[in-house]
Amino acid sequence: MMKKLGLAIVVGSALSGPMPLMAHEPVTPLIAQACAGCHGQSGEGLGAVPRIAGKDRAVFIATWEAFRAGEKPATIMNRIAPGYTESEVAALADYFSALRAEP
Amino acid sequence: MTRLTRRSFATFLGASALTLAAPATLRAQTGPRLLVIGGGFGGASAARFARMAYPEVAVTLVEPWPTFITCPYGNLILGGKQTLPRITHSYDGLRARGVNVVQDRAIEIDADAKSVRLAGGAVLGYDKLILSPGIALQWGAIEGYDEAAAEVFPHAWMGGDGSQITNLRRQLEALPEGGVVGLAIPANPFRCPPGPYERISMIAHYLKQANPRAKILALDAKEGFSKQGLFQDGWAELYGDMIEWVPGNLDGRIVRVDTENRLFISEFGEEHRVDVGNVIPPQSAATIAIDAGLADETGWVPIDPRTFAARAASDIHVIGDATIAPPMPKSGYVANSTSKVAVAAALSELTGRAAPEDPVFFNTCYSHVGADYGISVVGVYRVTEDGIVETPDSGGISPRGPLSDLAEQRRLEAVYADGWYASITRDMFS
Ligand SMILES: Cc1cc2nc3c(=O)[nH]c(=O)nc-3n(C[C@H](O)[C@H](O)[C@H](O)COP(=O)(O)OP(=O)(O)OC[C@H]3O[C@@H](n4cnc5c(N)ncnc54)[C@H](O)[C@@H]3O)c2cc1C
Ligand code: HEC
Repeated sequence: MMKKLGLAIVVGSALSGPMPLMAHEPVTPLIAQACAGCHGQSGEGLGAVPRIAGKDRAVFIATWEAFRAGEKPATIMNRIAPGYTESEVAALADYFSALRAEP
Repeated sequence: MTRLTRRSFATFLGASALTLAAPATLRAQTGPRLLVIGGGFGGASAARFARMAYPEVAVTLVEPWPTFITCPYGNLILGGKQTLPRITHSYDGLRARGVNVVQDRAIEIDADAKSVRLAGGAVLGYDKLILSPGIALQWGAIEGYDEAAAEVFPHAWMGGDGSQITNLRRQLEALPEGGVVGLAIPANPFRCPPGPYERISMIAHYLKQANPRAKILALDAKEGFSKQGLFQDGWAELYGDMIEWVPGNLDGRIVRVDTENRLFISEFGEEHRVDVGNVIPPQSAATIAIDAGLADETGWVPIDPRTFAARAASDIHVIGDATIAPPMPKSGYVANSTSKVAVAAALSELTGRAAPEDPVFFNTCYSHVGADYGISVVGVYRVTEDGIVETPDSGGISPRGPLSDLAEQRRLEAVYADGWYASITRDMFS
């Protein structure tokens, strides 16, 4: 019995069956994946980079447009914001505003 | 092995036992198989994203090193601002997500049979392959620069076991007072266009405190470089005349090295004696990509820019530094950003989910010029019929101007760079 079990496990892992997904994490849509490299996979913010998860949708869009227009002080978002269309910004706002505001 | 409930464990055993008799059944029962070769910026990001977004897919990652040492932030070790353990990352986070991490080296890809042979002898089948093997150094392209010479004049351009960056740091510490540090810098394309200049900056940052009369002689095959104005402003502001940069048109290209006499020899025969030498040699796609017949005569891999499928094999998606994807730089951020589009494209058919239609690719490269002094370049890229293009009126470099006006911008960018490093490595390994 032991022997059989051992064999089965070895075969199983060599063929690498799918494993269960970890706790319910939201999967970031592709358009928002670019943000993950600074703001974290779920917009949680890391180090000094601000948290954007749970930001009110209208405020998110207004902030974005202020970055685009160069009206809000920024080190980098003023260069990122003009790279996205209005409908892409709407999709980003939908996604990040729907996430929980607090960790 | 990941924890399994009693029930799924039983199913799991059942499936395996069944398969021994009937291999065809297995595929139906265990879902599509994604194989990832290379556990660096592209490969680790791909494996993690695939497990999160496509839980029904079995993901195997093949990587020869037990841990991953990033090239990004390696220059900060030279500057005395980072240590090796802090830029070393474990694959345990990926294992916990159910990625089957195999510590081995892929040595042969059979695109027709859809299988990969490993140095240890195992053969792994796949439905789709993601290949992110990084670069190979072209030994001998600079005469006299081979693996043995790299012990004397380290390249420190691949993470590996960390010995290269440690070697360079040790040599800088032992530099005689007022000695010369030489760098040989290659022509385009190569890994991380701003990397050599961040390295010059971090070496200067260290020497300014430890050996202020020392000189840095940067011999370049090119006539211009990434973020050049920003770097040169910073060098003048922070390091006075410590740094001399010699462009290709002023005989900066190094064609031969002599490790015994510690010489860098230029195209037109000038001999530069250096106390410490850092040779960043010309590069190509990693050997496995070339051996598999995926690269063209340039030594890099042509891809379909919408899917990153190799032009030579449609079930193999190649990402990261190994690819030809201008105007995007060979950066960790680009490898990370394109990995997700490549996974979504590779798995769309197998999982019945939508393929990415109009992919947007993204890059930021932060560079540290000194203490509290960071600069960056940003690019947002899209695919048109002309190939990959930068989105008009977006991206670009940090503002230029006197430090007195921009001190806060520079300070903040150095701080945000640390946030970037923490985020991107979490997006690879957590
Ligand atoms: C000094 C320096 C500073 C840098 N700074 C930055 C920065 O600030 N920001 C940024 O975005 N980028 C930076 N980069 C660039 C970044 O390191 C690369 O662009 C990035 O690593 C490319 O990812 P990749 O997946 O193509 O290759 P890698 O990250 O090198 O990963 C390739 C992996 O494949 C493995 N491998 C190779 N062959 C095989 C095989 N046959 N079988 C199995 N596995 C194999 C290797 O061991 C390696 O782990 C820097 C680079 C350098 C050198
Ligand atoms: C290279 C790092 C980086 C990337 C990538 C990035 N950001 Fe930012 N973001 C920042 C920084 C830094 C700030 C602070 C403002 C500044 O200095 O530009 C910021 C600020 C913001 C803010 C304002 C937060 C507030 O409350 O003031 C929003 C909203 C935002 N980012 C959204 C995004 C989205 C959406 C993306 C992806 C499309 C993104 N960012 C990509 C670094 C980044």
